[in-house]
Amino acid sequence: MLEIRDLVCKVGSRTIVDGVSLSFDPGRLHVIVGPNGSGKSTLLKAFSGEWVPSSGCVTYDGADLARIGKLSIARRRAVMTQLPELHFPLSVDEIVMMGRYPHFSFSPAPNDRAICAQVMSHLSIQSLSGRDYLTLSGGERQRVQFARALAQIWEAPHLSAGLPPSGSRYLFLDEPVSSLDIHYQHQFLQLARDLVKENIVLIAILHDLNLALHYADRMIFMKQGRIVAEGAVPGIVTPALIREVFDIEARLLEDPESDTPVITFNHSSNG
Amino acid sequence: MQLKKIPFRVYYIVLGLLLLVSLIVSARVGAVPISYDHIFYFLRHALGGSPAPTGIGSVAGFPGSSGTSIEEQLFLQIRLPRVLLCAFTGAALSVSGALMQALFRNPIVEPGLVGTSSGAAFGAAFVFVMGKSLAGSWVDALGPFLLPVFAFIGGGLATWLVYRLSNVFGKVNVNTLLLAGIAVNALAAGGTGFFSYIARDPQARSIVFWNLGTLSGADWTNTAIVGVATVSGIFLSLFYSRSLNALLLGEAEAGYLGVRTESLKTRILLLNTFLVAVATSVVGVIGFVGLIVPHILRLLKSSDNRFLIIGSALLGAILLNVADMLARVIVAPSEFPIGVVTAFAGAPVFLFLLIRANRQQQKGGFYA
Repeated sequence: MLEIRDLVCKVGSRTIVDGVSLSFDPGRLHVIVGPNGSGKSTLLKAFSGEWVPSSGCVTYDGADLARIGKLSIARRRAVMTQLPELHFPLSVDEIVMMGRYPHFSFSPAPNDRAICAQVMSHLSIQSLSGRDYLTLSGGERQRVQFARALAQIWEAPHLSAGLPPSGSRYLFLDEPVSSLDIHYQHQFLQLARDLVKENIVLIAILHDLNLALHYADRMIFMKQGRIVAEGAVPGIVTPALIREVFDIEARLLEDPESDTPVITFNHSSNG
Repeated sequence: MQLKKIPFRVYYIVLGLLLLVSLIVSARVGAVPISYDHIFYFLRHALGGSPAPTGIGSVAGFPGSSGTSIEEQLFLQIRLPRVLLCAFTGAALSVSGALMQALFRNPIVEPGLVGTSSGAAFGAAFVFVMGKSLAGSWVDALGPFLLPVFAFIGGGLATWLVYRLSNVFGKVNVNTLLLAGIAVNALAAGGTGFFSYIARDPQARSIVFWNLGTLSGADWTNTAIVGVATVSGIFLSLFYSRSLNALLLGEAEAGYLGVRTESLKTRILLLNTFLVAVATSVVGVIGFVGLIVPHILRLLKSSDNRFLIIGSALLGAILLNVADMLARVIVAPSEFPIGVVTAFAGAPVFLFLLIRANRQQQKGGFYA
């Protein structure tokens, strides 16, 4: 369980996240949407521990994030951002093994190697083993990075200082699919969705409202650093809300093949 | 490429053997060549074995003191410390290069470019020239230790300055980096030039010594200092190799993997300065070694920093010994400054990397 209370993030005098309170339970895919500059990524950085908030508090399973060590939290919280820039030749195996770095101090234990192998087979990327990361395509890189994040939290966490032993694991995805083609976008989100069956708190930032509608259990709409609305999908999504948040006219259409509605946009009517 | 499939361990063994060969060959050549069986006898004698058979190594009419010949003296007191100092220096500079490249996340960085070497030389020149007037008669006793300390301060300041200037919002700007490097290097070289101009000590007067480096000052004291510093520095570096790998993905990503990035960056800067400054205070500025060696290892195998650190230590020692051998052989019985040799080998590699870096904007990676 992740809880955020009255979180405020400032850069100089500019307020980027303005008093956000939210809670995220395991077993559901929570998707945060909002226009560019609405503070989504900063919010994610703040509750991941990468950005120190100006005020407010973040708790993991009731433990205050500010009091949990960086290494302790890294043992049960993984973050995947858009493809990191990497300009050096590294093997795929070493990149996946990076996910285990928080778990060993000098050289990987047999368990760490086993987990890397399991994750790679789970994502069907065993064939990439031994390849140089720089020679991979965008979709392959994405899966390798996802494997790294999964390897980090693959097993139920062992005792880590400051956190209850039987707590959840956490996976945060910051626009994970924006550089992928439509096939990989769906494949990726389906794989991510399968994880919510585990005891994992899964939070993603997505740009594509239709993708969000299709895969999310709950959507959170942000604008100008504040939460405008949040609730279960698909009920929460209305043309009025989309107009308020994104400033664009939208319609919801029934998809004859599924229960999820489809959003279409009417750009010309937007003043 | 098939070379990438060779396991790390095989690389270490091959490089280790090559290092041994290069040390022995380098100890042999010079103004007075020493044959391999003589080297073997001398080493055995030095390690407590029986002395060399009579007649070996003695020069007609010049019996050596205390049972050792002139040739043995030459080998043990001049040649051997020199090849070892050379190996330690090569290792220190190359490992520093690997560390700096991981820190800046850029393969075109090396201690000579980011100001560590010239800053260290400035600090050393300062002690050389001003030490007497500042510390008086103490300087003679403290000399061997004051030099590395001031070299450390000078190198550290210069590197920190370049790092701060080129690192904008957590991203290293290569253009600023190179320009800042030029400015800081010029400043430090100017300071060194000033001190060597006002110096009385003939060795300190030699601008060539500071700017192009020489191993001719090797003795057992400074070899031991550089050796201890280099080995401990490399050993410490190994503890950071995983964190540096994570840093290759970016600072935020490394943070998510539990790396305390700010503390890591400070430690790596200090470690780099320590390695380079101690060597530079003894041998002067030797450029491009830290650039070429990690580059070769990346092309051969991988950027995994564990491999780069161990590999750079071995390959750097080998290559600098080869360079020193060339410096001594080409114009024997005189010798070139070793920095001339490394510049001829290294500058083209640097230009090549620069061209690749420009292309990188379109293609997406130095090694892609």
